[in-house]
Amino acid sequence: MTNLTQQVTLSSRIRIGPGKHRDWVVRVSTVFLAIIAIATLIAPFFTDLARKQSILDSLLPPGSPGHLLGTDELGRDVLLLTLAGTGSAIAGPVVIAAGSMLIAIIVGTLAGYLRGPVDWAVGRIVDVLLSLPVMLVAIVVAGIFGAGYWVTVGMLVLLFCPSDIRIIRAGVTEQAPRPYVEAAQMLSLSPARIMYRHIVPNVWPLILTNFMLNLAIALVTLSSLSFLGIGVAPGTPDWGRQITDGRGILSDNPAMLLVPAILIVLVAMAINVLGDYLGERLRERGMQ
Amino acid sequence: MTTSINARAGASSGLRLARTIALRVGGVLLILLVISFLTFTLIYLAPGDLVKNLLGNRPSTPAAIAAIEAQYRLNDPFFVRYVDWLVAALQGDFGISIRLQQPVTTVIASRLGVTGSLIAFSFILALITAVPLGIASAAKAGRLIDRVSSATALFGLSAPSFALAILAISVFAIMIPVFPAYGAGQGWLDQTWHLILPSAVLAAGIGAILMRMTRAAVLRELESDAITFARARGIPERRVQRIALRAALIPIVTSAGLILTFIIGGTIIVETVFALPGIGQLLEEAVLFKDLPVVQAITLLVAGSIALITILVDLSYMLLDPRVRARELS
Repeated sequence: MTNLTQQVTLSSRIRIGPGKHRDWVVRVSTVFLAIIAIATLIAPFFTDLARKQSILDSLLPPGSPGHLLGTDELGRDVLLLTLAGTGSAIAGPVVIAAGSMLIAIIVGTLAGYLRGPVDWAVGRIVDVLLSLPVMLVAIVVAGIFGAGYWVTVGMLVLLFCPSDIRIIRAGVTEQAPRPYVEAAQMLSLSPARIMYRHIVPNVWPLILTNFMLNLAIALVTLSSLSFLGIGVAPGTPDWGRQITDGRGILSDNPAMLLVPAILIVLVAMAINVLGDYLGERLRERGMQ
Repeated sequence: MTTSINARAGASSGLRLARTIALRVGGVLLILLVISFLTFTLIYLAPGDLVKNLLGNRPSTPAAIAAIEAQYRLNDPFFVRYVDWLVAALQGDFGISIRLQQPVTTVIASRLGVTGSLIAFSFILALITAVPLGIASAAKAGRLIDRVSSATALFGLSAPSFALAILAISVFAIMIPVFPAYGAGQGWLDQTWHLILPSAVLAAGIGAILMRMTRAAVLRELESDAITFARARGIPERRVQRIALRAALIPIVTSAGLILTFIIGGTIIVETVFALPGIGQLLEEAVLFKDLPVVQAITLLVAGSIALITILVDLSYMLLDPRVRARELS
């Protein structure tokens, strides 16, 4: 029953109205995400610069000379802080979405194609993991063990993969009885080859749309955790952390809080727009 | 003759239903057992001095340490401690909160009301706005109402609860001081007043998921062969739409799982930002102060409620869809 549930929710997650106006929304989202990707790549080079404190320049409002977005109470430049924070805000979610997808492709395909005891064991593990919400486990484990950034990211990879495994397994079981698989079996190709060279490419649309969905959820989850002070050390440039710090100086420099908050929302929206669009295109192609 | 066959079929399907439910409940109990073991292990492995944690802010005299060791049986083997804890937990005793020095059940019970009303308010708010909007935008797909509500849903889906919560506080509590910025308030009316802003923030995310689900489900139903056939037979449009809605209800109900995971994460965040003394805030504080018995009990409570709701959703699925009913009961 739950498998069916998953399938239904997956296929109904994606879909947004037709219309010409969507073309430019998709284009703008793509360009915006490209800019964010570049910012993520260059972000590490700005970390030291962003950490530079100067008490004389503390709490400058946005628009001050030399500090376009002003400074925080330690005199750190908000623009540099935001740029440096892009790294941890974006790199983690990409690793989470990609890592959980990779695990899910390997495990989900095994379970869906081989069935039998493998499928049963995977199914039971997934059942247990799915009955624990990601945020709860993340807060409890990372909070109690005081986990750092990459440990938190690794844990989120493990927490994200059960639902992915279920989705890919459903896709693979749907592909397994098809004639092309039978043909491959007749040629006595190895099961590994049938699974990963023949079946996986056919569930690719499922993988891609789910990757985009996970990316947006991971971005929101990770920034929520760092907002609570989990996964990032104090003083590290990070969007979620910046929002926590920005609450205290809201009246002096609202940019400290507003800029990263708006960026998180815009990035997540752009990812969702692109995910919806990709899902729709791939489904149209699949129907032809 | 036929009636007796029907009656027998009815009785045996009722029996099968009972068996299906019993199997599901058994599975859930097993999962809860596994989770209780996992959390117990996790807390056993937690870094830091357990005695120091358990002592809290009491002075660490040898006598106090000995008392703690005796009380929590720290010198017993791991499995003995787990079984002891499990037996006590089954009798409703989850130990004593380290930070608050009260039974865990009392602490949780005192926080349950706020969280319950927060979730209920926001769920109702989301339900009465998102479902009609979803139906309307599916019926008028591509038109203005669809574009506006789809864009709003996209925003609600993408904006993290903490950003929305801070935005809501800055606008509706500081810039235009209509609503209180934080706290739970005193008395029935004041408490409700304090819950409006947090509920609205939580409802934004729930509503976004619900609206997109409703829209997609109704749209798919309206395009389905069954509806085309119904229209071709000349069934009035109003009745056609009713048929489409009933069929669309199934995927909407099954989106409950997704919404549930969102609610749990969202409640923790919203209660923390608005300083609402609910379960979410209790968990956040308990993790911060390493109040391990409370963490353990809340984890089990959440896992238990999720399992219960999943069973209810699956049962309602059987109730709504004759195909699922036939498959599950055969």
